[in-house]
Amino acid sequence: MRWVRLKAVARKEVIHIIRDVRSLGIVVIMPVVLVLFFGYGVSLDLKHLPIYVYDREASEQSQALLKRFQSSDYFEIVRVVNNYSELAKALDDGRAKMAFVIPSDFSEKLRAGGTVSVQALVDATDDNTANIIIGYTQALVQVYSNDVQLEWLQRRGQRVQPPPLSVETRTWYNENLESSAFIVPGVLAVVMSVIGAFLTSLTVAREWERGTMEQLISTPVTSLEIMLGKLVPYFLVGLFDAGVCVVLAIFWFQVPFRGTVMALLISSALFLIALLCLGFFISVVTKNQLAASQIALVATFLPAFLLSGFLFAIEQMPQFVQLVTRILPARYYVSSLKMIFLKGTPVAMLYPQLVPLAIFALVLATLATRIFQKRLV
Amino acid sequence: MNIAAQAAIMLAGLSKSFPGVHAVERLSFEVYPGEIFGLVGPDGAGKTTTLRMLAGVMPPDRGTATVAGFDVGRDPEGAKHHLSYMPQRFGLYEDLTVDENIRFYADLFGVNKAERELRSGQLLRAAGMSEFRGRWAGKLSGGMKQKLGLICALIHRPKVILLDEPTTGVDPVSRRDFWRILYELTAEGVAILTSTAYLDEAERCHRVALLHQGRLLFCDTPAHLKARLGKGVLAVTSPEPRRVREQLQNAEGISSLVLTGDGVHIVVDDVARRMAEFQARLKQAQVPFDQIQRVTPTIEDLFVDAVSGGKVRR
Ligand SMILES: Nc1ncnc2c1ncn2[C@@H]1O[C@H](COP(=O)(O)OP(=O)(O)OP(=O)(O)O)[C@@H](O)[C@H]1O
Ligand SMILES: [Mg+2]
Repeated sequence: MRWVRLKAVARKEVIHIIRDVRSLGIVVIMPVVLVLFFGYGVSLDLKHLPIYVYDREASEQSQALLKRFQSSDYFEIVRVVNNYSELAKALDDGRAKMAFVIPSDFSEKLRAGGTVSVQALVDATDDNTANIIIGYTQALVQVYSNDVQLEWLQRRGQRVQPPPLSVETRTWYNENLESSAFIVPGVLAVVMSVIGAFLTSLTVAREWERGTMEQLISTPVTSLEIMLGKLVPYFLVGLFDAGVCVVLAIFWFQVPFRGTVMALLISSALFLIALLCLGFFISVVTKNQLAASQIALVATFLPAFLLSGFLFAIEQMPQFVQLVTRILPARYYVSSLKMIFLKGTPVAMLYPQLVPLAIFALVLATLATRIFQKRLV
Repeated sequence: MNIAAQAAIMLAGLSKSFPGVHAVERLSFEVYPGEIFGLVGPDGAGKTTTLRMLAGVMPPDRGTATVAGFDVGRDPEGAKHHLSYMPQRFGLYEDLTVDENIRFYADLFGVNKAERELRSGQLLRAAGMSEFRGRWAGKLSGGMKQKLGLICALIHRPKVILLDEPTTGVDPVSRRDFWRILYELTAEGVAILTSTAYLDEAERCHRVALLHQGRLLFCDTPAHLKARLGKGVLAVTSPEPRRVREQLQNAEGISSLVLTGDGVHIVVDDVARRMAEFQARLKQAQVPFDQIQRVTPTIEDLFVDAVSGGKVRR
């Protein structure tokens, strides 16, 4: 292996990246866009959901209940109306996610110690959101109801005992259930897949398509020099982009980072090597940019999105799909990132993730070095 | 042993088949240092396949080929330091500038910076391209692209140069530059093997090999080949060459006939006798023609004659 030749191939590859608007866009803009997109847009947190209220009683008591809604982070009372048709319209055109109705005999029934029903009309076009809204609403109403009960008993001079049992949920590692904390590892895996496999899957195929490969392989450059020269620039770009994503996540979205930079670097490097070699392998085999890019997307980008535990929890997938995720590097990468970010797991404890990643990297690198021949037929 | 007399390229029974086609069949010839050797043949004759095998980018099926002393079948990488190959299709990077392409190839061949600058300066001047160093290769004209290809191929002073139809689609001026550079190289003892579609270009080679369906028809100097033809060639100049052909193609004593720009070339068995016959025949059929005269045969005449079997129709 000659350093000059490797450097020549790498320099040429960098020029290709810089001079092609699309690859430059993917390298420079895509990571930022994806982090922002998922950080804001696909946020799984439901906060400040717009609700409409129809308070048919407008008493001190009904106001007290509404205040609970208003002061929670989850809801935002955008309007108080005084008929059903306005509620219906607001739900129809999506201005309200929920309409909340308090009956006219609200305080009267409560005073009498009876049961009173409040009505919540929920927009269930997105059933996931609807379930969360219902959950939040029930919780708020339940808490209020307990308080009313306590007060009622106290007024009657009874010795007040706190409820005998209560479930206190604490979500560990991600105390505020901020979904951006879950999102960032996934975004990293997606960004790396695009840089690592998608972009590299084009490099060799492009040379075949444009006819530059024939001349290249008639020179003394070795196949290993071609491979490394092509992959090293993407390796550096991939790590750089990972850094951009992490910095954005930590400083913009305040995602907690409890681990070490070393752990992050090692797992990212292993994942990236596996992807680069896979992209190179695909490119060599197909010799066609379109086919190569599609195979690369299906083999890396989609799994990173759907099967890595990024958007959907692996434990909730069907058994068969769970098995499939075991052969996907993205799964181990996302899981290692979650541990590094949220738990601060040190490198030494990450072997269940790092060992499979290292195996993928090794196997794919071996395959990639074997597959490329300086031969036409 | 006399080094100069040792062949730079040597083929012995070289063969290559693809499914359903013998692209190259038992090809044998030698190219010596300081020689420009032309591979001539119609589409699909096997020129590209031959050059690819010699360049070490396609393994031969049978036979051997030695380039700069290395057997390309056994050690395809060995000769690569000493040869350069310009594929039929433009093989450089269109989004790299002229200088960047040159530097890339210089680096691959281990040419140092001082040598690269000296050599590329000379070559760019010789090619009339000094002012285009910063231009993207993709933005060059066809002729300039080919000249850039040649410059990249020459940057490391190879002993053997393999060119596949290098001047196809190249303007006459660039073509002249191209050939001038090739002739200069022969003075340095470089062996050049070039395929060509232009028969007039084949005549500029020191020796040519005529290739047809993967087989070697003849291999000799252009002058010897012409002498070998033995028969005579008549040139009929006419404003309507097609009608001349129509009228004469079935005439007696013809072994082959080709259209040229301003008439037809006819290879005949007996020049004096046929000239009179053709004149009479064309007059009778009222086909307009300016004159019929004996000409020295061109490679094209030879080639067409060889391909059509060289049999005189009786
Ligand atoms: N990779 C290949 N796979 C299958 N057949 C091939 C391949 N390369 C060449 N051939 C066939 O081999 C024969 C010789 O082709 P070759 O390209 O060597 O001819 P050529 O003389 O260079 O022609 P041209 O003037 O068109 O460039 C043709 O019949 C061609 O179709
Ligand atoms: Mg060809």
